Amino acid sequence: MSPVTTVGAMPRALLAKRLAQGLHLQTGPFITCVRTSIDVVVDGIARLYADYPVSDAGYADFRLTLAPPPGLRRWFRPQVCAEFDLPSHFLPMPRAHAFAMFEWMMNWCISSRVNHYLIIHAAVVERGGRAVILPAPPGSGKSTLCAILVNAGWRLLSDELALVDPESGMLIPAPRPISLKNQSIDVVRRLVPSAVMSPPAHDTLKGSVAHWKAPSDSVARADEPAMPAWVIYPRYQAGAALALQRLPKARSMMRLAENGFNYSELGAAGFEALGDLIERCDSYDFSYSVIDEAVAAFEQLLGSP
Amino acid sequence: MKPDCLLLQLWRAPARLASLTLPEWDVLLAQADSANLTSSLYYLVNEHVARQAMPPAVWRRLNGARVLAERHQAAARREVGRIAIALRDTGVPLILLKGAAYTMAQLPSGQGRLYTDIDILVPKARIGAVEAALMTHGWVASGFDAYDQRYYREWMHEIPPMTHMRRTTTIDVHHAILPLTARVRPDSALLLAAAVPVPGEPALYYLAPADLVLHSATHLFFDGESDHGTRDMVDLDRLLRHFGRDPAFWAALPARAAALQLARPLFYALRHAIRLFATPVPAPVLAEVDRLARPGPLALALTDAMFARTLMPSHASCQDGWSALARLGLYLRGNWLRMPPLMLARHLFHKAFISPKGDAAKV
Repeated sequence: MSPVTTVGAMPRALLAKRLAQGLHLQTGPFITCVRTSIDVVVDGIARLYADYPVSDAGYADFRLTLAPPPGLRRWFRPQVCAEFDLPSHFLPMPRAHAFAMFEWMMNWCISSRVNHYLIIHAAVVERGGRAVILPAPPGSGKSTLCAILVNAGWRLLSDELALVDPESGMLIPAPRPISLKNQSIDVVRRLVPSAVMSPPAHDTLKGSVAHWKAPSDSVARADEPAMPAWVIYPRYQAGAALALQRLPKARSMMRLAENGFNYSELGAAGFEALGDLIERCDSYDFSYSVIDEAVAAFEQLLGSP
Repeated sequence: MKPDCLLLQLWRAPARLASLTLPEWDVLLAQADSANLTSSLYYLVNEHVARQAMPPAVWRRLNGARVLAERHQAAARREVGRIAIALRDTGVPLILLKGAAYTMAQLPSGQGRLYTDIDILVPKARIGAVEAALMTHGWVASGFDAYDQRYYREWMHEIPPMTHMRRTTTIDVHHAILPLTARVRPDSALLLAAAVPVPGEPALYYLAPADLVLHSATHLFFDGESDHGTRDMVDLDRLLRHFGRDPAFWAALPARAAALQLARPLFYALRHAIRLFATPVPAPVLAEVDRLARPGPLALALTDAMFARTLMPSHASCQDGWSALARLGLYLRGNWLRMPPLMLARHLFHKAFISPKGDAAKV
């Protein structure tokens, strides 16, 4: 095999040419054949995926095409269509949302097509060999907290999908850009003025959305699984005092199962994997309003045995 | 040139699986995904390639398909158990069709087979009792307007599909294997009388071996839909090899097909099983089915050209320029066989212009 190429090592023109034909982009354990000629997406990939390897092994787990629809909507209020290998039933979206759509489709490929991992809707960060799983319903500030912790030096495994390997019990990293919504875009901009971000897409189904580039170090270590140590259910509450409250294991297991993407599809295998995970972890409810306090609380956890 | 594909080549000669390159795996898995055969492929690969000899990404994907298949089997068994409980008081025997029958009878065609509904066959006179019993136990048919109800109850071979309120599982209750409006009318009484108990499950029945094959062939070669062509051919190949070990099966098959007016679908099933999978079929059986049901040379040339394409996986790598036309032709042929032309025209008109929008795809 030839030495690994990265997206960033390719001149913009070459990247656009490869993307037009189908580029094999490696993110963690997955290889996606991405095919697109849409500028917004090519720009986004050039900007936020510079550190990622490009595979030339001729194999892809997923095939993803983003293209203008046939007919007038190519020019009139331009749209974008996503296809997953075969012509799909996804509704077209405004062209300005094309990069956000690319990110959602990348998540969708994993959450709907992968059954060799237990997949939980949660962010995962790691430090000192121990990983925190942050499951949460949308709107609870999971991605914001994830971004804050990553900025404070935690390694990013994922901001959206916790992948549990049922054989080893380890968490498999698939770091990708962190999705920020509405106010959290400004929170991160204030916190990290130099943050590399995609231009925000406004008026999407989820409001305004921008993606923050994953740290190069997290991408470089995408082949290092992490041992789960904590499950922490975060909740941002304006003005609230910091609170970290221990959860009984049984209760945590039920809540984690509710956040599972393929928990019921995996049947007994899913139950066992989830049980083992909960057995290994301490679980907490966590509310916060001040960023520095939140970071300090997580650092304190690290000190615990 | 007629299209061929790696998936079918390997199904014919699975020993080659051990020496596939990564790009070949890539194509193979994409084709299997598009044919809904990835779980079945797991079992085939598992027989011929050691895990260590497979690229890790390939193993992960196939293993995921295995997990899905195992969970599917367990869920189907549980669901059949619930249906058996619901029907217990009606005294109607539970006769399983297609996927659920393959799973419960542990036939080779059930290995890795994924399906969305459970299909059962009941005597037409007992439909009311069965429907009432299922409703009592939580299954309902919702979202069908008066026209749909009439479509099913007067013209079709099944009542509107019923979905369980809590489990959202679906059951199709059939009283025949072809619509009442179709050109041929296999006698359901013959099928019911010949049904056999599932080994080890005294309360469950499935169609007798010959009928099981004929039903599968009818479904594939009479219907207008070609989404599952490759998978249904895999089923047929496996059923024929499995039951074909008993010479009595072959001896009875042509006459049974004739009695059920299903010699033509059997002709096509054998023809394409031999072509695609080299399925062993005794020469006298072929000769007899030829005599009973061989179409004229022009019709045969046309259907050969259509089936050569529609029995392929729908993945782009298995299609050629004629594939879309072949699918359309098959759709028209299927509907032609299902309903007299005037009735068909009226039905399509109603679905297009009168039924509420969004419902058109349902029936």
